[in-house]
Amino acid sequence: MTNTIGDIEKADVILITGSNTTENHPVLSSFVKRAVKSKGAKLIVVDPRRIKIARYAHKWLRPNLGTDVAWINGLMHVIIEEGLYAEEYVASRTVGFDELKKTVAKYTPEEVEQITGIPAQEIIDAARLYAAAAKGSILYCMGITQHTTGTDNVKSLANLAMLCGNLGIEGGGVNPLRGQNNVQGACDMGGLPDVYSGYQRVMDPEARKRMAAAWNVAELPDKPGLKVTQMMPAAHDGKLKALYIIGENPLVSDPDLNHAEKSIGNLDFLVVQDIFLTETAKLADVVLPSACFAEKEGTFANTERRVQRVRQAVDPPGQAWADWKIISAIASRMGYPMTYESSRQIMEEISRLTPSYAGISYDRIEYEGLHWPCPNAEHPGTPILHKEQFTIGKGVFHGIDYLAPAEKADEEYPLYLTTGRLLYQYHTGTMTMKTGGLNAIAPECFVEISPRDARQYDLADGVRVRIASRRGSIQARIRVSDKAVSGTVFIPFHYAQAAANRLTNAALDPISGIPEYKVCAVKLSKAA
Amino acid sequence: MSEQDLIVINGNEFSFEPGETILEVARRHSIDIPTLCHLQGAVPTGACRICVVEVQGARTLVAACATPAGRNMIVQTESAKVIQARRMVLQLLLSSGNHNCAVCGSGGGNWTEYQLKVLQAEDSDELCPVWGDCRLQELAFRYQVTGEKFEAAVTPYPMETANPFIVRDFSRCIQCGRCVQACNEIQVNQAIHFGYRGTATKIIAAGDQPYINSDCVFCGECVQVCPVGALVEKEARYRVRPWQNKKVRTTCSYCGVGCQLYLHVKDNRVVKVTGVEDVPPAYGSLCVKGRFGFDFIHSPERLKTPLIKENGEFREATWDEALDRVAGKFEAIKAQNGADSIGVLTSARITNEENYVAQKFTRAVLQTNNIDHCARL
Ligand code: SF4
Ligand code: SF4
Ligand code: FES
Repeated sequence: MTNTIGDIEKADVILITGSNTTENHPVLSSFVKRAVKSKGAKLIVVDPRRIKIARYAHKWLRPNLGTDVAWINGLMHVIIEEGLYAEEYVASRTVGFDELKKTVAKYTPEEVEQITGIPAQEIIDAARLYAAAAKGSILYCMGITQHTTGTDNVKSLANLAMLCGNLGIEGGGVNPLRGQNNVQGACDMGGLPDVYSGYQRVMDPEARKRMAAAWNVAELPDKPGLKVTQMMPAAHDGKLKALYIIGENPLVSDPDLNHAEKSIGNLDFLVVQDIFLTETAKLADVVLPSACFAEKEGTFANTERRVQRVRQAVDPPGQAWADWKIISAIASRMGYPMTYESSRQIMEEISRLTPSYAGISYDRIEYEGLHWPCPNAEHPGTPILHKEQFTIGKGVFHGIDYLAPAEKADEEYPLYLTTGRLLYQYHTGTMTMKTGGLNAIAPECFVEISPRDARQYDLADGVRVRIASRRGSIQARIRVSDKAVSGTVFIPFHYAQAAANRLTNAALDPISGIPEYKVCAVKLSKAA
Repeated sequence: MSEQDLIVINGNEFSFEPGETILEVARRHSIDIPTLCHLQGAVPTGACRICVVEVQGARTLVAACATPAGRNMIVQTESAKVIQARRMVLQLLLSSGNHNCAVCGSGGGNWTEYQLKVLQAEDSDELCPVWGDCRLQELAFRYQVTGEKFEAAVTPYPMETANPFIVRDFSRCIQCGRCVQACNEIQVNQAIHFGYRGTATKIIAAGDQPYINSDCVFCGECVQVCPVGALVEKEARYRVRPWQNKKVRTTCSYCGVGCQLYLHVKDNRVVKVTGVEDVPPAYGSLCVKGRFGFDFIHSPERLKTPLIKENGEFREATWDEALDRVAGKFEAIKAQNGADSIGVLTSARITNEENYVAQKFTRAVLQTNNIDHCARL
């Protein structure tokens, strides 16, 4: 997030899109609801499902799946047309306004209605509402990123925020809500194919030299590696021979699972390190037992870039080890001694080699976490990004055109499917399905369908159906719900037995490499 | 600051900000005024009147939590009149329900008949489930009162246990309203409110339904704020006593909000989770997963030893054996097919330190940049 969670309560207008906030970030959703109920903030929700947070909204816009660039351009069209944008901010802090203006000129409310299905007047009203805010905050989640145009969607939201002068101010910002506890940290620490910790690029010879010296190796590889979504095809083609998977369960979470399964089966050697024998671990050659969060020391970085402590409360079961200890032991056995004695010692190395974490130490975050960038031991941390200027100097507008999603509904597969999470389950269910109460409330997979579609296909609540896409099929029970909008069904992806990802499309965003989980075409039939 | 913005509490002068309540000024200066219904972050209701103080010139005692500090106010927080009023409040509360802790009866000797009756009704051989973790009990001890002055009231509403997480025991509810405020003003789930009137008053969900049939999402905020034993975690009820546990502060491992929590540990097991109230980002709030989703830690299905697959079957292995196998295989594959034929998926679930070590291992030891994680999936 560019801003903090607490900042949400300072906004005049909050725009939420692609985030089922009350179910996926329940505690953060309370900040939104409080802002609306007790602080008089206005809420705009743009989401294909009538999710719970929409109950609190002054406006709920319902776009067709995968049409985000179009409605965002539509808002900007109105804002520029009516002269509602932050002229001074645009002039002094940004470049590329003319390009943007030219691109969005085509996106008249009527044109946008054609693409998105949102009535033109609604586009106009929402644009005026957002532009009128002195402080406007945008919150988004995977409903924005999990598209072939995910990167475009995110850039478009940044365009919108900059246009109204909402980046770099209290109560504003463009705020991605991270789905898992330490997504932010995994990225910060260089768990990505092209950067070291602190986003230092592997292509940069200087950075490479620095890291090689610190790590005491002659040289480091200079070309960016494979993204997770490229590793599966590489395994499939036999180019990737071995995979070491730590704490992930791609055999439920990957798109187009049937293909992913074949790819994994093709590997010469698979190591899985986890706390449970997951669907993925079952296929491994070697399984290494690791300690869970309650059994080790360390830090997580939350969605607002706050680095917070994790502390050991109980002993790991049996012979399980902390992940850092296991990785270090493998390194040592491969002739590279890694002799860390504690996670504290690792953090000391991190702050030495990572400019944005340079001022972070266990002593400083003993009681309350710090927001990076925190460049030195006196620095108070940075709750709000881009305050004086953007990291790259001026903010750049990008004129972006709408591209249709990779797959369209047609006669054979007449319905759209979108996937997501539930309040009572988490990711692939590895943890939540081992907790009686949570499982009792949300025990099995379902297909959420609108009352009208249910009538049309003659499907009663609770009946078992077969859902098929071009890639595979699963069975689940029908749940007729007002949350669904006709023409689109929803399936939670947590459940391995009825994995929604047997259906989803592995078409990728060309830049982020994130698959289009949020749109594919399916058909329904009663299960035999 | 002008000189007039001063208030005198127990003989000492303090400055205050306009709008601050007497309670807030006192707390800022470590003067302890007891509260029961007052809830940080919610609009004060002044319902319980335990926080009353004496203000010179005022006709009656005033509730410190709901009264703004005024210029030149002279306040006594523990005068004889104040103490007398608080004792009365406590006596009434204690006799209003099944408050069967020791303070309710004769301190020494046997348990009172009343206590025995409650034990029987609850089919328990221990006193109140929150003994030692109850605001009411604490205050009764502080002001040395028992519940014997008034006749014990009988609650007409049966206990509700029809959900996996929370037990609602109306016989111990003092109707302070904190749960209602927590649900409506803090979490804004709007699941519960006051229902019925007079002596029939009850906290109800969705037209007096069990939680499970209401809008309740089991965040447990109401449990966390209930000052007595009316709302208790089902799994912890009677099983977890505060003096047997140690509390370990940590960060929740579910979503990216990173709520701060206490793991309550007994005999090397996590038995209960509560939110840490005075720190960002969440100031004590949690969701159902953070508060109740901890069983997995001690699940019998946890992996306990390394496993090696042989002829399609796993067998247990020692660390030495497993690590040698992994290191040897990686070396062989690297030698034969090049470093880029190996990939590493690190994780959004593990710590920063571990992610750092994973990328260091991939780059410095394996000598490839094939590292990513599934977080965006
Ligand atoms: S249940 Fe607890 S918090 Fe709610 S009114 Fe009763 S005593 Fe107060
Ligand atoms: S658990 Fe949460 S939602 Fe349910 S009644 Fe309590 S505060 Fe409200
Ligand atoms: S705490 Fe002030 S009236 Fe209850």
